Amino acid sequence: MDAAQVADGSDLVSKTLRFFSFSDHSVQVVVLGVIFMGVGCGLMGGFVVTRKLSLFGDTLSHAVLPGVAVGFLWSQSKNSISIVVGAMIAGFLGVLLISLIKKSTKVGLDSALGLVLSGFYAVGICLLTRIQKLEFGNQSGIDRYLFGQITGLSAADVWSMGISCLLIALITTIFYKEILVTGFDPGFAHSIGLPVDLLQYLLWMLLAFSVITSLQVVGVILVSALLIIPAATASIITQKMKALLIWSASLGMIAGVTGSYISFLGSRLPTGPLIVLSSTLLFVTVLFLHYENGLFIQWIRLRGKDRKIALENTLKAVYQELEADNFFHDTVKLGNLAKRRRISMPEMYQESVHLVRKDFAFLLRGENQTLPSDNTLSLTPTGWSEACRIVRNHRLWELYLTNEVQYPADHVHEDAEKIEHVLGDETVRKIERILSNPRKDPHGKLIPSQQDIEQGYIDRRIAKSLP
Amino acid sequence: MSEFFPPLDFNDTFGMPWATPKDFIWNAQIVSMGILVSLSCGLIGTFIVARKLALMGDAISHGILPGLAIAFIATQSKALLPMFIGACGAGLLCSFCIEWLHKKTPLKMDAALGLTFTSFFAFGVLLITQLGNNAHIDAECLLYGEIGFTPLAESIYWGSLEIGSRPLLSIGLVTLIIILLITIFYKQLLVTSFDQTLSVSLGLPVKAIHYGLMLFLAVTIVASFESVGVILVIAMLIFPSTTASFFFTRMPAILLCSFPLSILYSFGGFFLARWLDCSIAASMVVVAMACFGIAWLIGTEDGIIKKYFFERKLSKKTAIKEGTKKASSFPEAQS
Repeated sequence: MDAAQVADGSDLVSKTLRFFSFSDHSVQVVVLGVIFMGVGCGLMGGFVVTRKLSLFGDTLSHAVLPGVAVGFLWSQSKNSISIVVGAMIAGFLGVLLISLIKKSTKVGLDSALGLVLSGFYAVGICLLTRIQKLEFGNQSGIDRYLFGQITGLSAADVWSMGISCLLIALITTIFYKEILVTGFDPGFAHSIGLPVDLLQYLLWMLLAFSVITSLQVVGVILVSALLIIPAATASIITQKMKALLIWSASLGMIAGVTGSYISFLGSRLPTGPLIVLSSTLLFVTVLFLHYENGLFIQWIRLRGKDRKIALENTLKAVYQELEADNFFHDTVKLGNLAKRRRISMPEMYQESVHLVRKDFAFLLRGENQTLPSDNTLSLTPTGWSEACRIVRNHRLWELYLTNEVQYPADHVHEDAEKIEHVLGDETVRKIERILSNPRKDPHGKLIPSQQDIEQGYIDRRIAKSLP
Repeated sequence: MSEFFPPLDFNDTFGMPWATPKDFIWNAQIVSMGILVSLSCGLIGTFIVARKLALMGDAISHGILPGLAIAFIATQSKALLPMFIGACGAGLLCSFCIEWLHKKTPLKMDAALGLTFTSFFAFGVLLITQLGNNAHIDAECLLYGEIGFTPLAESIYWGSLEIGSRPLLSIGLVTLIIILLITIFYKQLLVTSFDQTLSVSLGLPVKAIHYGLMLFLAVTIVASFESVGVILVIAMLIFPSTTASFFFTRMPAILLCSFPLSILYSFGGFFLARWLDCSIAASMVVVAMACFGIAWLIGTEDGIIKKYFFERKLSKKTAIKEGTKKASSFPEAQS
């Protein structure tokens, strides 16, 4: 097996220079071509993906095939306007048939797409295999519509791609509002007097344009990748339509240039698949590592939050243990804490290590050295105020729910368990004001006051005076 | 244009294929291959369409390409078993990726599907171009394998007895297994296809059934793509059940319709291809499309003609009813 020869060392540098200095004619053609293609497909993809019609592009790219064949048959040459016209007509018929099937039968949209996709494509293959048997049917030129051939790109092709890209950009900018409204709320668009069907068909026409011009570069199947992947990536980055379109277009462009660069480095690396794979790579990177919506980043953040909540729960447990003997001692045994938090001893030990690391408590060796549950925790001043703050949040919220929202007292605990970790200082003060600085929660327990927190301990007399 | 459609020589198109025993065996193999592929795809496709996953066939059939390429690289041969395992693995992975993207990310089903299978396909094409010309698998063969070459494939022998060509036998086996499984698990398949919530509450293993269906979709595709190409598979998943749904609404009837329809598609496609001298698989799809069109027109359930007359009758009826209502409402108003 001989793998493609990727240039190495100095050759790599010189090839890179050659590619990015943009001096070769072939490089110019290819790069301009993929840039136009990336921008055009990216823009259209943005509209299609947000309408949940991603596979429309796939269907369209297959459906234009009979048009290509008929156009070829008509002019008997492979580079002609009749192929583009034929493709447009076939694409239009395909779209018409889909909407007809959807409107007048019970067949679902997905089946309708599949029917048109495979049906039209089969007609196209029938025609092409028939053309092959005819005298003039040197099919080699037509073949590139199926698999794409970027090396066959001529300056004229790039011109037509540029024009279609410009057309797409221009029309989507002019009719941006109208297209947006018809996409997201056709009923509303209709009611304000927009020609919904007309705009819909305009959009499909533009889609067909971008599909047909890209077909000869990447082929039937990978065209839909160029439509879907950059737009899907953009939809993870942003929720705003304008930003999404810009992202989608630029991601398409970046993927195009990257793919063609990599394929330029090797001798037998196909450009189309590499463009798609760079696009996929961009998608995966964004999906996991985007600073806001990335799955990996979110997972880390969630873990941080879980840890914080566990820490706060431990602090609360320490406070409750201290409270259980009326603040007589200032240390608590790990064994008791584990029981209160309902976790195992090793987990409890891990938790206490976290507390110590955060400077919230000291870990003191117990009398019995071999028994970890005999170790004791003693809160530091910061730990104390943090524990008080959480208990305060919890009890204030319970009181607020029972007094102001009329919850029964035995239902408030669960809710307070969750809210205590996220209540801000300002909200707490507001609740205090509403309840006029209460001292007892619905279960009759002391609510630590601001003063208690500041002085660092709770007066035993007050604690005792409460039942 | 006139040379495009050769004159229809009745005898040559319909008679000649069966004239000599040799021709008969040759062509019978092609036609039965077509029947078996459309039958197995049609049966599975009925459930796939009912689950609104019609394009899953499209996705999986493209998604198996890297599996084939990797199996070839690993074994350096086109041996059946590794190819089969590779393709099924890739197909399942593809459907798993789609499901995962759909559930765990903000992407919608259609975007997840399109994204996954095009990426898989691109990866497969990249791998295959690295293999060079010594690999006799290529993207082209995946996309439109030639059903006409079925009789050319190597034969399988039982001892010294020739049983038949390999693709024909494997698709026959797959069809049998599918018929068997559908008969056994009919109820489970039906419930999970139409009412997810009910099937969960009944304690059915919904996920296992879903992936089982996907596995069998992959198996069917693998068994058929080599000789008929992806496009016929996709078409045959969707066309039989949607065509039948213009006449029947009940599942068993739609399933049974796959049998006559697949025979019709196969013979029709064969004759059409013989007449026009073009791809048989594609001709079968063209015939299927024509059948769909006719069913759409004359269907008793949802057909255009039926609907048109029925709606006219209905609107007349309601007009009469409203008229009588108006007439009868006057005395009520007076009293």
